[in-house]
Amino acid sequence: MSGLLEVSGISVTFDGFRAINNLSFSIGAAELRAVIGPNGAGKTTFMDIVTGKTRPDEGRVLWGERSIDLLRLDEAQIARAGVGRKFQRPTVFEDQTVAENLMMALKAHRSPWRVLLWKPAAADHARVEALAVQVGLGDSLSRKSGELSHGQKQWLEIGMLLAQEPRLLLVDEPAAGMTLAEREQTTTLLVELAKTHAVVVVEHDMDFVRRLNCKVTVLHEGSVLAEGSLDHVTANQQVIEVYLGR
Amino acid sequence: MRRLLLALAASLALSAPLCAQDAPSEPSPVAAEAPASGLAAVIAEHKADIAKPSRQSIAPVIAALGKAGPGAPDFLEAWADKALGSRKSDGAIFRVKKAGAGYALFDPVTGADAGEAPRAEISEIKPNAGVRGLIAAALIRFQLSDPDIAKRQAALTALSRDGGPQHLEPLAAAIADEPDPAIRAQKERMLGLLTIRFGTDPAARVAAIEGFGADLGLDFRAALNPLLATKRQAFNAAPEGNVAAELRPGKPGFSAEEAYDLLVAEGRAPARLTRADLRAALEAHIENGAVAGIPLADLDTPARRDAAYTALEGAGAVPAAATDDEVAQSVAAHRYADIYAEPDAAVTAAAASALKSVSLKVDAMHGADLALDALSLASIYFLAAIGLAVTFGVMRVINMAHGEFITMGAYTGYVVQQHISDYTISILVALPLAFAVTFAAGVAMERLVIRHLLRRPLETLLATFGISIALQQLFKNIFGTQARPLTAPEWLDGAWVLNDIVGISYIRIAIFVLALVFLGLFLFVMNRTRLGLEVRAVTQNPSMAASMGINPDRINMLTFGLGSGIAGIAGVAIGLFAKVTSELGADYIVQSFMTVVVGGVGNIWGTLAGAALVGGLQKGIEALNPSNTLAAQTYMILFIIVFIQFRPRGIIALKGRAAGD
Amino acid sequence: MTQGFLSRNPSVLIFLLALSIFTLVVTVLSNAYGLDLVSTSMVKTLGKTLCLCLIALAMDLVWGYMGILSLGHFAFFGLGGYMVGMWLMYARTRDIVLSSAAGLPMTPQELNDAIATQIFGVVGTSEMPAVWAFAGSLPAQLALVLIVPGLLALVFGWLAFRARVTGVYLSILTQAMTLALALYLFQNDSGLRGNNGLSGLQNIPGLAWAGQDRLSVWFLWASALALGLGYLAATFIVSGKFGSVMRAIRDDEARVRFLGYPVEGYKLFVFTLTALIAAIAGALYYPQAGIINPAEIAPIASIYLAVWVAIGGRGRLWGAVLGAAFVSLVSTWFTGGRAPDLNLGFYIVKWVDWWQVLLGLSFVLVTLFAPKGLSGLVDLLTGLRPPSRRGAPLGPNEGALQEREAQE
Repeated sequence: MSGLLEVSGISVTFDGFRAINNLSFSIGAAELRAVIGPNGAGKTTFMDIVTGKTRPDEGRVLWGERSIDLLRLDEAQIARAGVGRKFQRPTVFEDQTVAENLMMALKAHRSPWRVLLWKPAAADHARVEALAVQVGLGDSLSRKSGELSHGQKQWLEIGMLLAQEPRLLLVDEPAAGMTLAEREQTTTLLVELAKTHAVVVVEHDMDFVRRLNCKVTVLHEGSVLAEGSLDHVTANQQVIEVYLGR
Repeated sequence: MRRLLLALAASLALSAPLCAQDAPSEPSPVAAEAPASGLAAVIAEHKADIAKPSRQSIAPVIAALGKAGPGAPDFLEAWADKALGSRKSDGAIFRVKKAGAGYALFDPVTGADAGEAPRAEISEIKPNAGVRGLIAAALIRFQLSDPDIAKRQAALTALSRDGGPQHLEPLAAAIADEPDPAIRAQKERMLGLLTIRFGTDPAARVAAIEGFGADLGLDFRAALNPLLATKRQAFNAAPEGNVAAELRPGKPGFSAEEAYDLLVAEGRAPARLTRADLRAALEAHIENGAVAGIPLADLDTPARRDAAYTALEGAGAVPAAATDDEVAQSVAAHRYADIYAEPDAAVTAAAASALKSVSLKVDAMHGADLALDALSLASIYFLAAIGLAVTFGVMRVINMAHGEFITMGAYTGYVVQQHISDYTISILVALPLAFAVTFAAGVAMERLVIRHLLRRPLETLLATFGISIALQQLFKNIFGTQARPLTAPEWLDGAWVLNDIVGISYIRIAIFVLALVFLGLFLFVMNRTRLGLEVRAVTQNPSMAASMGINPDRINMLTFGLGSGIAGIAGVAIGLFAKVTSELGADYIVQSFMTVVVGGVGNIWGTLAGAALVGGLQKGIEALNPSNTLAAQTYMILFIIVFIQFRPRGIIALKGRAAGD
Repeated sequence: MTQGFLSRNPSVLIFLLALSIFTLVVTVLSNAYGLDLVSTSMVKTLGKTLCLCLIALAMDLVWGYMGILSLGHFAFFGLGGYMVGMWLMYARTRDIVLSSAAGLPMTPQELNDAIATQIFGVVGTSEMPAVWAFAGSLPAQLALVLIVPGLLALVFGWLAFRARVTGVYLSILTQAMTLALALYLFQNDSGLRGNNGLSGLQNIPGLAWAGQDRLSVWFLWASALALGLGYLAATFIVSGKFGSVMRAIRDDEARVRFLGYPVEGYKLFVFTLTALIAAIAGALYYPQAGIINPAEIAPIASIYLAVWVAIGGRGRLWGAVLGAAFVSLVSTWFTGGRAPDLNLGFYIVKWVDWWQVLLGLSFVLVTLFAPKGLSGLVDLLTGLRPPSRRGAPLGPNEGALQEREAQE
């Protein structure tokens, strides 16, 4: 099967510390995948590489049907190619309203001239409103996002991710700081999304991962330790040793 | 070298008519065995010539006198000093001295009293300048062999000022017996130089030139350069003389216009009509608002003016001017060459090749001199920037008032000198005091302003700029706008001179040493003390350092004080050679910024590399265009802007996650 | 959407109204068109102040909205002035040369040489430098007012932003740029008369009949018009999604990249655009000032620009205008020697000497205690309060707004 994203043999070193070591990874166009691993296993660095924030020392990252080399693109180009990312800590533009945040994320032309002359059409306003409702911020459209609670910011960021309409969603610890009900909602959302998108979820919370009910990749010391269903990997002796700590 | 010079002296002697027979066999012309009566006899023999010397005929007489034994130098000196007279009755020569109405007479050889004579009896001997020159040349022989070393030295100095062809032979003769090796070497060198300039045998001159090798002395180059002087000449046929280079009109370096100008200057072609002459000629013939029938208003293009002039020419009103065709024809009809003034091709070839190897070596030496200059500038930038780099590295704060701290240090030095008059002591007091003053100022600024703008580097930059303009004006109000003196102790005056090209002033050496001391001190503090450890911890990860029990506020304060204190010391150092004004620091601040930016933060070696690069670059560009230091700075900044492209975080950058990517 | 534009930005109407009233009042009080209560030199000062307000507007766009603390915008201002000054000086010298010509009419070459001798005699040359090739043509020189600074900003910005130089590094680099330009212009062989600069710019060729009285008012009108248009354009830029992206870049440019926006492109766009605004301001300023020399471009001028914007309150267009007008006018008053001395009993404070100290210290105080500057006073009056976020800035960037600068 030809995946949407093919990562093969990447390695990266920070000051002698090998954060990613000959890592290979692949995901299909409509697939949900959970990436787990202990602290320092390289989960965030892996996402940094895919989104262009960090350059690997070696290896290849190929994207899409035409196998575009993502390593040749910068962050913005990768994002425009269809890779969306939600950060571990919610990062929204706090001085701007929820509506402005969403409007900025809305899929549209990104070049300065087009943006300068761009006027939101009624459809765009409707889309922003719909997204806000979807993430539970329907009545907060005109509030500054800096005033939102931590959980609300998480939701706003998920809304922005959706607004971008990416083909691959990289979601870093989506459940952190959410109530139980919100987690439930997030799970549903991610599973729903995975029917048409590729979704990679990095998570610590095993219960959350179990609820996602998908293929799991276990990272350890920068490379893949095991891959398969959650039950399969948790049965793996090595995984138990390094991750579950038993 | 010596053997060569002897051979040279020999060949010289062979060629020199003056001493053709005796120089090789009789190296010492003042040999003691000459008979005591010799001089008197020689004087008697030539008394007529001595009394009425003429430039053309006197040479053999002087030569004979010179060889006549003891007393000759004194006699010659007296002759040249116009202290001789001849008795009209018998033509006998005496030393004379005016005494009363007549002369007191002395024996010309022994100086013994020879009675008196009335004025009418004696005619004073007054040799003309040409003869005196010949006598002086003959005298040089004696001075060069004088037992008094000071006299020999003086004679050599005189020769180096205005040596001539007549000195060649006596100088060559005076080498063999020279007891003092230093003087001997000087004599040999002088002989070589004189041979190059005045020798008559081309082979000897070539040998002399080659004997110097790639000597760096200015005197050697001064001897060579006139040999290579050229004159540009035009010829009807093939160029004659010692041709340096034949020139073709229209080629780079020699335009057809220059060729024609040369022909005009040599009188081979008539002058062309200049635009100003044309205009004047036309204006002189304005009649009824027109020239030669062409209305004035139309005469605003070169073509119309030429037409008017041609019309005037036709009417015979103005002289004919060379047309373009004629110019081209005359230019084509001649050949052009640069001709050496020196006729001998072998000599000029040797001189050119010697000058070339000398200039190669001179270039190398200039390079060395430049490197020293760059090193000293780099140490100044290092001193000025190190404080800035420390504060930037630890606190990510750019202190725009850093330059004013440098100024503050310089003014501290000035104030100290007002109270302590001994310059050495005052500098020794000023250095620690400047450190203390600026340390205090830095700590105060950190506590009052910078601490409250934590993690707001741009606001800090602007706030410190506010302090900077306030301080600068304050300095102006206190010390006035004129430059204040900060005088270096005497032992720092002067320069360490390696040869005619390489030299460096002691002040700059002192600053270099100061920079080294601070580098060492800094490395010690950073790597061997608790404070250094804590500073490094805060640099790399402030929040982690704080959680390990390090008080970042204290570290920040101390670092800032330290950085400012070093600025104060740099101020004293800079003040020693620059004018101390309120703008002293501001002149260095941008270069200091550049040093930090280029070097990268958080590492003293980066600052060092940055200072070396910025200083070296500035000096290097200045050397390419020495007349224009402003341009050098412009290009240096442009280079740095481009440099940032390739190393956005400086030469030595923090790597990995700590860099905050 | 035009009516929407104004209704969404009510401050535009207020600003334009205030500007019009100001211009009208000055005109009525001027020597040429009214009551002669305001001297011609005062009219010029006010006209120049309007130009400074315009460049402050540009600075606010690039710093207040985009987070790039440029310490080099006066380079563009000065270049704009130089470009227009070249035509003014050339054309005026041509008039003088032609009027003093006698005898034969001049050939173009003679005319050119005579002008060059007149202009460049002070720097010891009589050759017309190549950069003056278009000086004889007003339209060409006016085009160069935009082309030269625009190209400089484009090339410099491209180099700097491409290398992702940010924060204080970028500030220092912009400062180096303006210093390099100033040093270059200080040379006699730069072709722009070295430290003599260009002078006599207040005499507009062909308009000598109007006299300085009327010219000064005309330039005031032109400056006010430019400021009004600049304010409109700036408001248009910052009010839409573009402005949203700008502010996002200011607060967290990495995040903007992950949204797919080419951050470097935006920075380059705004940097160049503001350079053009600055150049226009300079082109209007120097004919009123009458003289331009390289000292005008020295880094300190650009830092003062940042000071004006900071004192006015960055991140608001009218704040920048207010700051520039206030500080430059007060500065003129204090340094002009008209401010009364302050007698402390033991010391008499002469403001000519102490104004800079006062300015520097008050600037430190503003940065420390009132980051919103003068516009904070307006907020106080209108009851706007900053959000309470326990001191955290609004984003991780060095140029991000502080909590105290934002509005609830």
